[in-house]
Amino acid sequence: MIQIQGLNKSFNGKKVLDGVDLEVRTGETMVIIGTSGCGKSVLLRHIIGLMRPDRGSVSVDGTELNRIGKRDLYQLRKRFGMLFQGSALFDSLSVEDNVALGLRQHTALTREEIGEKVESKLGMVGMAGSGKLMPAELSGGMKKRVGLARALSMDPEYVLYDEPTTGLDPISADRINDLMAGLQEKLRITSVVVTHDMVSAGRVADRIAMLHQGRIIFCGTPQEIKKSPDERIQRFIRGEAD
Amino acid sequence: MLLRGSAGDDGAKLNRDQSSYVRAVGRAVITGFQQWGSAFILLGRIVLSLRHLPRQFEQVVLQMMAMGVHSLPVVVFSAVFTGMVAAVQAAYQMQGLVPSIWLGTGICRAILTELGPVLTALVVAGRVGSGIAAELGTMKVTEQIDALETMAVDPVEHLVMPRFVAGAVMSPVLTIFANFIALIGGWLVAVLSVGITTQVYLDGLRFHFHTRDLMGGIIKSIFFGVIIATSGCFHGFAAEGGAAGVGRAATKAVVAAAVMILIFDYIVSAWIFR
Ligand SMILES: Nc1ncnc2c1ncn2[C@@H]1O[C@H](COP(=O)(O)OP(=O)(O)O)[C@@H](O)[C@H]1O
Ligand SMILES: [Mg+2]
Repeated sequence: MIQIQGLNKSFNGKKVLDGVDLEVRTGETMVIIGTSGCGKSVLLRHIIGLMRPDRGSVSVDGTELNRIGKRDLYQLRKRFGMLFQGSALFDSLSVEDNVALGLRQHTALTREEIGEKVESKLGMVGMAGSGKLMPAELSGGMKKRVGLARALSMDPEYVLYDEPTTGLDPISADRINDLMAGLQEKLRITSVVVTHDMVSAGRVADRIAMLHQGRIIFCGTPQEIKKSPDERIQRFIRGEAD
Repeated sequence: MLLRGSAGDDGAKLNRDQSSYVRAVGRAVITGFQQWGSAFILLGRIVLSLRHLPRQFEQVVLQMMAMGVHSLPVVVFSAVFTGMVAAVQAAYQMQGLVPSIWLGTGICRAILTELGPVLTALVVAGRVGSGIAAELGTMKVTEQIDALETMAVDPVEHLVMPRFVAGAVMSPVLTIFANFIALIGGWLVAVLSVGITTQVYLDGLRFHFHTRDLMGGIIKSIFFGVIIATSGCFHGFAAEGGAAGVGRAATKAVVAAAVMILIFDYIVSAWIFR
């Protein structure tokens, strides 16, 4: 379970997060929606300890991230996988090496075992047999899928997705949605998905939270959000400017 | 009336300019301290990660190849001309004052103590420092550094420390090489243009050779290598804002390294050559 309490974060005097409270239950998929630049990525970065809160706290299974040292934080991160907005593949490494990096660093598996595991993760995202390619040779959608395979390489309990479908054509986006939905069904992974794509949100969400002006202004099921009387939410869902 | 009005405006403007100037200076000083602070923190983290040197050995060797071996052509080229200039200058300065036996001595000491280490470091800073900053800067702005962090892989241990070690090792190696090449360059000019014999040049080299000159230059070059690698890594990690940010980081890395090299050249010289 991820608990976020009173999270505050400013950059150069500009408040981005202004008291975010949110709870992600074990096994659920929480989708966080909000306009571009509203601080979704910043929120996600706090969950995995890439950023430190100015005020407030983030806890994972009762462990407060801000109270633990680097070693424990790294230990905790091994239970996480993160898919970055731009995929963030290591461009000096092949697809295979990208996916294998965590396994090589953190497990005592043999070369063959790692090879098998990498191939199975690549198969899972529909990229079997492309281990020898370099990131520069991949399309945006393929990069996202390799990024996902890398995020899943260590069999994480938590997966964080930063705009997994943004910038993809509808077919590739649909494929990613299928993958995410499949993962949570098959593996019961706890997921936090940040997106402004309502189609994607509807496909994968158990619950949806909306971030607006630094706060969570709504948190509920996809059915509930459709019925919300809040004009800000309805405008976002319909895709209208203020 | 008109005159006074405009004078008053000017006064107010001047005041405003002054206070914004003071504020800008204040901000620059604070930023400067913050930068130095984070640079020292990085240095501390590098030193701590040195205990993982054995398991990063492969990376260290790779970086040594990239920094050392691939810098050889440009180092050789600049060293030849350094030696040649040293000879021309020495001959010119000594003209009619000092017997030509001293020519080799002068060239040798100038090269070993100053020209070899400093010019090699400046050339390597331009080539390697900018390369490191651009590579790590690109990784930073494309979130690859963050990706390493989320995978519980320490970027300092994996990316910075190998470059640091490679810099500290390859800079003296390149300097020794450059010293040798520069002495050959000096010999070429001494024999072909100044007109002394090879024997006289070599006698001059040997005549007042101090091991301290050679070692002092090499110790300097170790500092320079550390400066180049640390500056490249520091500015690379601080890169922000896409391709333009990476470009700025590369420039800053080279400028900072060049300035630091000259400052440390003085400090280490004052310490060793007493
Ligand atoms: N490292 C940073 N330094 C300064 N400002 C930042 C940083 N990261 C994010 N911001 C600012 O925080 C705001 C929210 O950014 P972000 O979380 O990336 O938005 P999004 O919801 O589109 O993911 C933006 O205004 C951005 O400029
Ligand atoms: Mg974002």
